[in-house]
Amino acid sequence: MLDELENQYKAASTALAAAEGREALEAWYRDTLGRKGNIYLLTRNLGALSAEERPAYGRRLNEVKAELEAAYGEKLALAEDEELRAQLAAGALDVTLPGRKPAEGRLHVITQTLRDLYRVFGDMGFQVYRTRDVETDEMNFELLNFPPHHPAREMQDSFYTTVEGVILRTHTSAGQIRAMREYYPEPIRVVLPGMCYRNEQVTARSEMQFTQLELLAVGENITFADLKGTLTEFARRMFGAERQTRFRASYFPFTEPSAEMDISCFLCGGAGCNICKYTGWLEILGCGMVHPTVLRNGGYDPLKYFGFAAGLGPERIAMLKYGIDDIRQFWANDLRFLEQF
Amino acid sequence: MRVPLSWLRDYVDIDLTIDEAAELLTNAGLEVESITRIGLPGAELEWDRERVVLGRVLRVEPHPDADRLVLATVDYGAAEPKTVVTGAPNLFPYLGRGDLSGEALYSPLAMEGATLYDGHKDGRVKAKLKGRPLRGIYNDAMLCSEKELGISDEHEGIILITHDELRMTNEESSPAPLLPRSPVPGTPLQDVLGDAVLEIAILPNTARATSILGVARELAALTGAEFRPPSYDVDDAAGVVMDGPPVDGRVVVTTENPDLNPRFVALIIEGVAQIPSPYWMQYRLRLAGQRPINVVVDVSNYVMLEVGQPNHTFDYDTLRRRADEYAPDGPIQINTRLPHPGETLTTLDGATHKLEPYTILVTDPAGNLSIGGIMGGLESEIRPETSNVLLEAAAWDFINIRRSATALDLHTEAAYRFSRGVHPSLALLGAQRAADLLRRLAGGTVARGIIDTYPNPPAPVVVDLDPVYARKLSGLDLTTQEMGEMLERLGFAVESHGDGLRVTAPDHRLDIEGPHDLVEEICRIYGYDRIPSTRLADTLPPQRGNPKLEREERVRDTLVRLGLQEVWSYRLTSAAREARLLPGSPGQLPSPDERPYVTLSNPPAPDRNVMRHTILASALEAAAANSRHAERIALFEIGDVYLAGEDELLPDELTRLAVVLTGRRDRGHWDDDGVATFDFLDLKGILDAFFEDLHLPVAYEATTHPTYRPGRAARLLVGNRQIGTMGELHPGVAKGFEVRVERGQAVLAADLDLEALLPLIPDHYRYTSLPAYPPVREDLALVVDATLPAAAVEAALRQSGGALLRDVVLFDVYEGRQLPPGKKSLAYHLTFQAPNRTLTDDDVSKQRGRLLKLLERELGAKLRE
Ligand SMILES: [Zn+2]
Repeated sequence: MLDELENQYKAASTALAAAEGREALEAWYRDTLGRKGNIYLLTRNLGALSAEERPAYGRRLNEVKAELEAAYGEKLALAEDEELRAQLAAGALDVTLPGRKPAEGRLHVITQTLRDLYRVFGDMGFQVYRTRDVETDEMNFELLNFPPHHPAREMQDSFYTTVEGVILRTHTSAGQIRAMREYYPEPIRVVLPGMCYRNEQVTARSEMQFTQLELLAVGENITFADLKGTLTEFARRMFGAERQTRFRASYFPFTEPSAEMDISCFLCGGAGCNICKYTGWLEILGCGMVHPTVLRNGGYDPLKYFGFAAGLGPERIAMLKYGIDDIRQFWANDLRFLEQF
Repeated sequence: MRVPLSWLRDYVDIDLTIDEAAELLTNAGLEVESITRIGLPGAELEWDRERVVLGRVLRVEPHPDADRLVLATVDYGAAEPKTVVTGAPNLFPYLGRGDLSGEALYSPLAMEGATLYDGHKDGRVKAKLKGRPLRGIYNDAMLCSEKELGISDEHEGIILITHDELRMTNEESSPAPLLPRSPVPGTPLQDVLGDAVLEIAILPNTARATSILGVARELAALTGAEFRPPSYDVDDAAGVVMDGPPVDGRVVVTTENPDLNPRFVALIIEGVAQIPSPYWMQYRLRLAGQRPINVVVDVSNYVMLEVGQPNHTFDYDTLRRRADEYAPDGPIQINTRLPHPGETLTTLDGATHKLEPYTILVTDPAGNLSIGGIMGGLESEIRPETSNVLLEAAAWDFINIRRSATALDLHTEAAYRFSRGVHPSLALLGAQRAADLLRRLAGGTVARGIIDTYPNPPAPVVVDLDPVYARKLSGLDLTTQEMGEMLERLGFAVESHGDGLRVTAPDHRLDIEGPHDLVEEICRIYGYDRIPSTRLADTLPPQRGNPKLEREERVRDTLVRLGLQEVWSYRLTSAAREARLLPGSPGQLPSPDERPYVTLSNPPAPDRNVMRHTILASALEAAAANSRHAERIALFEIGDVYLAGEDELLPDELTRLAVVLTGRRDRGHWDDDGVATFDFLDLKGILDAFFEDLHLPVAYEATTHPTYRPGRAARLLVGNRQIGTMGELHPGVAKGFEVRVERGQAVLAADLDLEALLPLIPDHYRYTSLPAYPPVREDLALVVDATLPAAAVEAALRQSGGALLRDVVLFDVYEGRQLPPGKKSLAYHLTFQAPNRTLTDDDVSKQRGRLLKLLERELGAKLRE
């Protein structure tokens, strides 16, 4: 009896060693350890054995079963691993295939630029104050110290409407007086964004419609040095911490002293390139101390109050930042342009 | 203003490099826009110091084998002179004159190896000079024309500076003549004619820089160098020699409108020869951008550029001839006045002008002579035979000149300067400088005496400067004395006055009005770059925010999240462009709004003549422009429309939003099975999500609207208030806007009134706590009339579902053979849930029964079996 057990054990071990793959292993199990399997069926021999033989036989049978179970388990695990590996290998993809892009939208590049400006100036306490596109000549020019026929008016060719004294604003400075009259006698720190219009030939470098952002601060203790400091901090936050600024004397009827601010070219680091026309500097904005006449027109006593103003061109900033070479793209609404920002 | 550096050096010493001088001027507000170097290092054509030198022509002899060539023997500093073969026509007059050393004839000589421009080629083509035989005589050098040296395009002859011209340089009146008194042959030409021209941008407040003297004065103030202005006091030994018959009794001048013509200075110069001006004058005029003509014209231009005083020369004999008619024995009577009604004037360019009532004229009793400060008249202009001239140097009101020049469209150099402001004090200086030059260079005799009509000299501008104010404005901690010194450098007269300064502006400063102007001057001289940079220390104003903008930006973010691209359009449009939204109204232009347009009187183009009434037209134009190349168009625009009021001066500017969808729904992918294009429900879904994001409940109501396809349009309501329309665009509208669509492809559009919508967005909304007990889901298919809006069924479901009905989702719509005609089936997923317990089947079936009963009663709905 015991011999038969050993023979069966040997035969089962050989068969197990020969079985490859999960199916063959499972068949082996069915034939060997399953309820109708050869080894399982050996249990029946117990009844034919004497009481003395029975324990040894039983023990040996359990040993054999356990060993075969263990060997089977080990081999099955290996087979399953192999199977999974094969399955995964068959599922390989070309990872370089184009993905399925969701249909996303984007903000217009000028919206993005304006938001950058709002954020930087907002951090310094400047809040957004918006006024109108269709303005009076009085707000746009006269109260800003541009008398009729003054040469300064030639700097800004206006679009006139059929209503006498009503024009399209040529600059966001037109909102200065409105802000002052609304807030007097409080101190003021506002940015005035908006669309402006000038009767100019539309070319790659000039547009008849463009946005501006005006900066206006009024208070009892505001100096030209504050203007320099505020705009220098702006330049560093907007264009990089290492930016240098340069202030040059200039002229605007509504500021005195007036200045142009240049920043060190962020494309060449100041060494000179074709964008900065080999000067190392980029013209970025015009600014100055609010002219006493303008303060007075806004309701503020120019001997007691001081202020500064600056005007920025978001298109110019975006053009420099992204290397846009044609200003006409901003309102052309070509998706191939807009989707790049 | 083009400023040759050599000319500047007549009046100020410059110990700076060209770039440093340019930067200093730029930082002080005289922006140097470009620097053009002539011959110097850095020039487009740098003159070789060894090979391009000053030569002195010793002899001119015939070429043995060529009539059109001569041999010039030139001293160039070497032991032996060089013989050059040349065809320069201006050397021929010296042919056969033997030894020319008495003539002092100078010309630039270039030698083999020098790079020059090729004089025979168009444009500027560089070529290296090579020795070669010219008609049998070997030639390894040449005398140069202006073109070959890159000075101008002049190639008629070589540059030839004669003895006479040397004698007549302006060395008597200026310390740095073009040529040294005794030029040394062989001197590098760079050191003689090398120059740099600064192109300075003139701002409205820098009229003072439209002259060489003005720029020199500014540079002197900035560097601290001495400014040496010329002086032409007739009593001065260095002044104008006046030895002609006296002017008295020959001319009288009256000014009828001293406010428009504050000063009129006249001089008579007789016996002028209309010869070419000396080379140094021609050279400077060319560098400054003027074409030399003859000495009379050139002197007039030279003085205008140098002093900043435009002046005019009349033919004296013509004036006299006219006077013989009106006053045979009396003087010429010049009068400045406004035009008579209908009066015209023919200017020296031959054009006849109708005159504005405010345009001031120079006249005599016989008629008019010139447009004051703008352009001379044809009749009294200088002719080739003119030898006696009356020189006018006057002052004119700058605004009036500007208006007149613009109205007459005459933008002369004189008008350019007068319209920016020329102080009356310059008139005398300009007249004297011109008379002096005509005497020296044209051989004229200056009549004794000056006619000077100057009834009301303006009082000098005096400004009191409070140093505390100056410090507060500038942020600079300067002493009163330091401020005064800086102003003095600019020519201001400064005296102590109380705690501050009393400052008198010099005549050339027409831009000084108050103390703020003086602070700018102090800052400029101190140097803008040296002013410290400080942070605002003033009180922070109340922080109000900008709620409308914040909501608008939230709307933008929401739309972008929903897959829409933002666009910004031109706001100028035309009624015809916008009328395309409302097709089928032949013979008239319907407007999206009944109120008038804001209309331009000077539109940039006929189809950009009004400010827009609708933003939907803008967005559709953007969609159309992209429909040629984009497969998917999903965009929105937020911006203002402009509705003029009947009574209000200014229009209402109202914020609107337009959305346009057309083309494929997704972005497309290589394994797509087919292409799905946007339809009505895509737009509806985007709007549903949009309003959900804003927590704003909106109702849709079917409507008819000419912009949209019948049966596919809705108006949007918040409460009872309409906030916009949406739908599938009428195919005629899509066609009118030239939106290119495939067959069966729809264009979807929405037009929302943000002005109404933004204030309705709730500031706050409540969070709903997450359910603790499980939901029970029930499906329900209802048969209703086909015309019943789905929204009505859903509303009734929600209303009758009670507190336990948590959600209603439509999942199927069916119309067809399985239903009676005129009926449709709507199938819903219903979700029931209680906040405090698990619902039983019994609960749900009770709810469901109640719901069905109510729906049947309200809407005639039946359960679909
Ligand atoms: Zn650069």
